[in-house]
Amino acid sequence: MSADTNLTKEQQNPAVDGSELIRFDKVVKRFGSNTVLDELDFSVASGKHVTLIGPSGSGKTTILRLLMTLLKPDEGTIKVGGEYLTHEERNGKLVPAGEKHIREVRKNIGMVFQQFNLFPNMKVLRNITEAPVTVLGLSKDEAEQRARDLLDLVGLGDRCDAYPTQLSGGQQQRVAIARALAMRPQVLLLDEVTSALDPELVAGVLDVLRDIAHTTDITMLCVTHEMNFARDISDQVLMFDSGRVIESGPPEKIFTAPEHDRTREFLSAVL
Amino acid sequence: MNNGTDKWDWGAVSDFMPHFWDGLLITLQVLALGSLISFSVGLLWALAFRAPTRFVRWPVGILTEFIRNTPLLVQLFFLYFVLPEWDIQYSAMTTGTIAIGLHYSTYTAQVYRAGIEAVPVGQWEAAKALSLSYTRTWTAVILPQAVRRVIPALGNYVIAMLKDTPLLASIGVLELLQRSRLEAAQSFQYTEALTVVGVAFILIAYPSSLLLRALERRLVR
Repeated sequence: MSADTNLTKEQQNPAVDGSELIRFDKVVKRFGSNTVLDELDFSVASGKHVTLIGPSGSGKTTILRLLMTLLKPDEGTIKVGGEYLTHEERNGKLVPAGEKHIREVRKNIGMVFQQFNLFPNMKVLRNITEAPVTVLGLSKDEAEQRARDLLDLVGLGDRCDAYPTQLSGGQQQRVAIARALAMRPQVLLLDEVTSALDPELVAGVLDVLRDIAHTTDITMLCVTHEMNFARDISDQVLMFDSGRVIESGPPEKIFTAPEHDRTREFLSAVL
Repeated sequence: MNNGTDKWDWGAVSDFMPHFWDGLLITLQVLALGSLISFSVGLLWALAFRAPTRFVRWPVGILTEFIRNTPLLVQLFFLYFVLPEWDIQYSAMTTGTIAIGLHYSTYTAQVYRAGIEAVPVGQWEAAKALSLSYTRTWTAVILPQAVRRVIPALGNYVIAMLKDTPLLASIGVLELLQRSRLEAAQSFQYTEALTVVGVAFILIAYPSSLLLRALERRLVR
């Protein structure tokens, strides 16, 4: 399974030089009286593969959903590629962004969901070509070529004409990865992408992601319970607890010599 | 009890049959056009229920509840006898078809609404994550899935509508019931004409509902 070289070349990531691609600045998110994110600050450098770990309810998935604009922050700002995501500057003042601005910034972000969320009314190929054609304005031929290359990449080159329900969970998730990559996002968000899979199907999906991580310069932000995967693809691991980053560092350090007691407890429970 | 007029008269049946076919044609026309109106207008109502502004949601909600909770017969009379006073006048057939279509659109709207709500939230999220436009999200993702789910329920309303078409006789549409009444009024043989009409309704409605049930098994998985 070799990576599509076009993906790397045409990515045109403006800043693969390690500059800051994502920045959370004092982000607060509450659900009712429950404060899930409490003045969260963190940033992700371009091209990095960052894994968020931590106990359930610590706000990891909320971060991904804020980035995908499926949720709005109650306070604070989020920047992607130097642009405010949910705000825009007007007459020197920061105001909540209009739908158009949000759409523009959001195009740089792709997401793979725990439950795949493929469109069941479309064949595999159209699941992948729909957005490139109608959002990016690619011709049908271009989009289909791109989709076929990506399907080859995820090892499903022969399933173009299948409907999602005819595929296994692992295959559906691999199509979902191809669908997200077809938009050539700068950032790929992976939200517990293997949690809904039968154990024997997990490896295939992780292989694909590992392949993408090692052969493209796409920035990845993962929430996962697969510690081996986190260790294998991440440049950086962020340990979350109670809506804050309590420890961060390269995987070797976090997994072998964690500094924080909470991190040690958490790792001993999941490893 | 045993006098001749009580006996079943096949002659009366065959005299009625030419009128029967004319009436059936009208009934089926009303049904087909009424269904089209109810399917399309109902979809518009359902989309309006989810409009981003309450200035659309509220008036549409009130209007559809009003239509749904007043009798079709009253609506027929209103459209046929009252609207002409404001110089809005159509034939009985047109008025009747619009009335029945509009009346049933308020039911199909509820069916569509349920179908739309049954589409998993993950589908909306995936559409958003791909930056699909509002229009594409509805036309390419949500509606195809919602409509597929509701086809059996829509079919049930077509059968219900079929059984309501005789109400159009009240404003003089020459559908099945009105034909049989006119014929019987001349020959004084009500039994034959009305029986033929009743049997015709069963022969259309029952196989249709069987067909629907088969369709339901195929579509709803």
